[in-house]
Amino acid sequence: MANSTLTKQRAEARRSTVALKSAMAVTGLILVLFLIAHMYGNLNVFAGQEAFDDYSHHLRELGEPMLPHGGFLWIMRIVLLASVLIHIGSAVALTRRAGKARPVRYRTRKPVQQTYASRTMRWGGVIIALYVVFHILHLTTNTIAPGGASDSPYERLVRGFQPENFWVTAIYILAVLLVGLHLRHGIWSAAATLGLNREGRRRAINTVAIIVAAVITVGFLLPPFSVLFGLVG
Amino acid sequence: MNITLRVWRQKGRDDAGRMVTYKVEDVNPDMSFLEMLDVLNEKLTLQGEDPVAFDHDCREGICGACGVVINGVAHGPENTTTCQLHMRSFKDGDEITIEPWRAKAFPVVKDLVVDRGSFDRVIQAGGFISAPTGTAPDAHATPVPKADADRAFDAATCIGCGACVAACPNASGMLFTAAKITHLGSVPQGQPERDARVINMINQHDAEDFGGCTNIGECAAVCPKGIPLDTISQLNRDLLGALASSKSE
Ligand code: SF4
Ligand code: FES
Repeated sequence: MANSTLTKQRAEARRSTVALKSAMAVTGLILVLFLIAHMYGNLNVFAGQEAFDDYSHHLRELGEPMLPHGGFLWIMRIVLLASVLIHIGSAVALTRRAGKARPVRYRTRKPVQQTYASRTMRWGGVIIALYVVFHILHLTTNTIAPGGASDSPYERLVRGFQPENFWVTAIYILAVLLVGLHLRHGIWSAAATLGLNREGRRRAINTVAIIVAAVITVGFLLPPFSVLFGLVG
Repeated sequence: MNITLRVWRQKGRDDAGRMVTYKVEDVNPDMSFLEMLDVLNEKLTLQGEDPVAFDHDCREGICGACGVVINGVAHGPENTTTCQLHMRSFKDGDEITIEPWRAKAFPVVKDLVVDRGSFDRVIQAGGFISAPTGTAPDAHATPVPKADADRAFDAATCIGCGACVAACPNASGMLFTAAKITHLGSVPQGQPERDARVINMINQHDAEDFGGCTNIGECAAVCPKGIPLDTISQLNRDLLGALASSKSE
């Protein structure tokens, strides 16, 4: 094949469905790493108000004096925002493609082995994205302040999850469960997309996906439940 | 056995199509599914009606021509081709829904017959090796490790039936494409064109309006030849490798 043709084909393949999936896989894994770090931060709540607020404060001082105050945090935020945008953008492109790929629906459809998690990736993802907006308005900017605004991240958390604000906790629990489901299929799918699935490895990858998803789900559910039941506060 | 069929009838490519109900009586449990359809068609022909069009050729599970969605599952309840499915897999009085493969890349020609030309074009884009003609080389001229030969052979058993596309929630043709990538990528003869092959085949796959793979795995679960899901990972690996290397640039 003439080289110019192949060069053109290469450029096209960089925009292929496989390239889009790979972009989703890489950005998704970045977000999983972020979730693990975030979960670790949250669990500091069990060390008391001072430790929790200090942790949150230290995040702003990371990298000083090489970076300005809050510099590290902003780099993180930019990387995360870029990851989220690429992840959602690719998902939208692939979803629209899938819709077009089957213009006439089946009258009868029986799933053979697909998981509930794999079926809920798209709507689950949309709900998670909406929740993230609410979550930032609540606990980062404190624009929404159930139970009263505060400069202490610890107090924001404890006030937000009081039993009288149960709707906040309910939304949080729902979002975390959806994240868990999203990760159950997402981690497996990212690994397979990046070429890690080989003969006889499918079960092992799925096991890792289930464990990571479960750990993150439980890790995020512990703080709000502890506040709800008065173990922290 | 007495069976009620709900069959997709569509006069041609531009017809909207609809489900039509038929009764088939005195079905022998040892009949194949296609023989049961033959009985229905004889009856329809005698009544002066248009018989149900369905694709078939070998009727022994090796050509890949047959294939319909039966009660929502591609090729029906047994993990085999439609022609190798028998009526003993159903019960007396059952209602059976029969639909064609549904995908933009597989337009319905008539009733249950779809045009799978898109598969041919994906293969034409790179699913081959360019070998100079001449006398056949000695069988042992190019040694191939047993494990590689087995993997290549297993992947090569794909009969191009299209069940993977029919079953995929995204109507993706990735398992079919990946089977060929794995087949040729596992043997020495496939190496010279390996990068160009995966690039050209994936571009053709996308150009045919197949959806993208989201690793749900329904394809491998219905594949009558047991093409494993990990062939798709192999394809991804090959493509990412080919895009990263500048060798074929
Ligand atoms: S991969 Fe399996 S299901 Fe798909 S076309 Fe080949 S034989 Fe049929
Ligand atoms: S008719 Fe050939 S595989 Fe079914």
